[in-house]
Amino acid sequence: MKGMIISVASGKGGTGKTTIATNLAVPLSEKAQLLDCDVEQPNAHLFLNPTFTHSVKVTVPVPHVDEKKCNLCGKCAEICQFKAIVVIGKSVLTFPDMCHSCGGCVEVCPEKAITERGREVGLIERGYADGLDFVHGRLRVGEAMSPPLIKKLRTYQDTSKATIIDAPPGTSCPVIAAMKGTDFVLLVTEPTPFGLYDLKLAAGAVRILGIPCGIIINRSDLGDNRVKEFADEEGIPVLLEIPFDRRIAEIYSRGELIVEVMPEWKERFLGLYESITRIANRD
Amino acid sequence: MKELVIVSGKGGTGKTTVVASFAGLARNKVVCDADVDAADLHLILAPEVEHRHDFVSGHKAVIIQDKCSQCGLCRDLCRRDAIDAHYVVDSLECEGCGVCYYFCPEKAIEFPDNKCGEWFISSTRFGPMVHARLGIAEENSGKLVTLVRQEAKKIAEKRQFGLILTDGPPGVGCPVIACIGGASAALIVAEPTVSGRHDMERVIQLANHFKVPCLLCINKYDLNPAETDALESLAKSEGIPIVGKLPFDLTFTRAMVQGKTVLELGGDSNGAKAVREAWSSLSQALGL
Repeated sequence: MKGMIISVASGKGGTGKTTIATNLAVPLSEKAQLLDCDVEQPNAHLFLNPTFTHSVKVTVPVPHVDEKKCNLCGKCAEICQFKAIVVIGKSVLTFPDMCHSCGGCVEVCPEKAITERGREVGLIERGYADGLDFVHGRLRVGEAMSPPLIKKLRTYQDTSKATIIDAPPGTSCPVIAAMKGTDFVLLVTEPTPFGLYDLKLAAGAVRILGIPCGIIINRSDLGDNRVKEFADEEGIPVLLEIPFDRRIAEIYSRGELIVEVMPEWKERFLGLYESITRIANRD
Repeated sequence: MKELVIVSGKGGTGKTTVVASFAGLARNKVVCDADVDAADLHLILAPEVEHRHDFVSGHKAVIIQDKCSQCGLCRDLCRRDAIDAHYVVDSLECEGCGVCYYFCPEKAIEFPDNKCGEWFISSTRFGPMVHARLGIAEENSGKLVTLVRQEAKKIAEKRQFGLILTDGPPGVGCPVIACIGGASAALIVAEPTVSGRHDMERVIQLANHFKVPCLLCINKYDLNPAETDALESLAKSEGIPIVGKLPFDLTFTRAMVQGKTVLELGGDSNGAKAVREAWSSLSQALGL
């Protein structure tokens, strides 16, 4: 049977995505895999302390021009939409940071003067935390483009297991790269105006992708009722509410897991997984 | 003129809450919301939009079915696999590289400009504000960040204001890079958690890379004293001045729910006092 892929997203940062992703994955242990796709700021490993056994640099192809073959025709600069290659005087300059690796310059060059070389965008590390299969990506600091690294990370999905994806915040291209093709999206929010506004954006992104989703309200008693009203109006189920508890905030601050320090939460997270399975299979 | 950008690395540490409060304290400034992907500052500052503009950036490919001979060249060339078997372009995948458009032998592909958001010049009870809304699932957030920063600068120059207060995005990727480059200083709002510290380390590295000096404000400092110590040591070892330490105070949340700053709702609260102290040290550090 194909394992389910659940992405955990939020719109707003700091609502508890990593808390949900880690506490959902750990009780499932060897039946699950956790992919931390928040490659700009990966944090899940801080809670799992995995032993990494595999580490690989991820590169994207960027042009390299053989000046001996180049006749300075400028076709490469003409096709490039990202100003990553230009002809100035008697030389061709490339700007690898601007390159989107579309390969257009290579294709268009009549002299076959352009080949591609790898530019490092980050690192993927894989290991186990007890029985849990864990993979994360770390974007090189100074690198702007995270989607290629997230897409590479997604190729590590093990279809025999339940895959849980910790997505980055926001609603733009990195989030889409993390959520696309998943079977269910858990939207983690808080019942404040910021939480609600960003939840609406995230729900909009999920709708575009056509994925079933559910809401988790974190610090559910600190704020107002508008997130629940929104969930009702949209017909999105609220699958879990976590009231504010200073103990939980402190457990998180120390890099510990709620399911390990407060065992009563283990059943709740297993129950959450059951609810998701039921909804995803029904849809 | 100084531009202070507020960043955090980790999301949800209180950037926007801090910016909104400072906006109420700073004089002669422009407020800029550069978190274009999930902009929240308007929920507190309630801007009245005076000028609204489309943000057009890049292109998207569109295949005209009547002209398409289904030769398959575009599908072979597209590295994003953005063209399906029915020759329809998936606009979520299309990055606008234009390779299909350039090579299509039937000239069946159009390449229109892409409207990917809107940006606004507004007035607020705390002065002028520049902000934006990136379309859902859109790209080019870095360019929109650059644009709102430039527009804020124009207003500051025109009105001879000495400060731009810029609310930054989380992370260390494209929008943060666009937000931090060339700023006078980056104020990092960090929380005393292991994640907060990890993410602060990465955002410091980024600021160092772009040679932008950092300042630190610790939010919810009383949540975990050991982690607060760790943040302070990290700041010390990096030569980063600590301008403020804000307590965990529910007045912040209550104020947000009412669309107010902590100073407007609970001027006597511990949170408000700490915000005023932070602003005072920050003004000194920036030479305002």
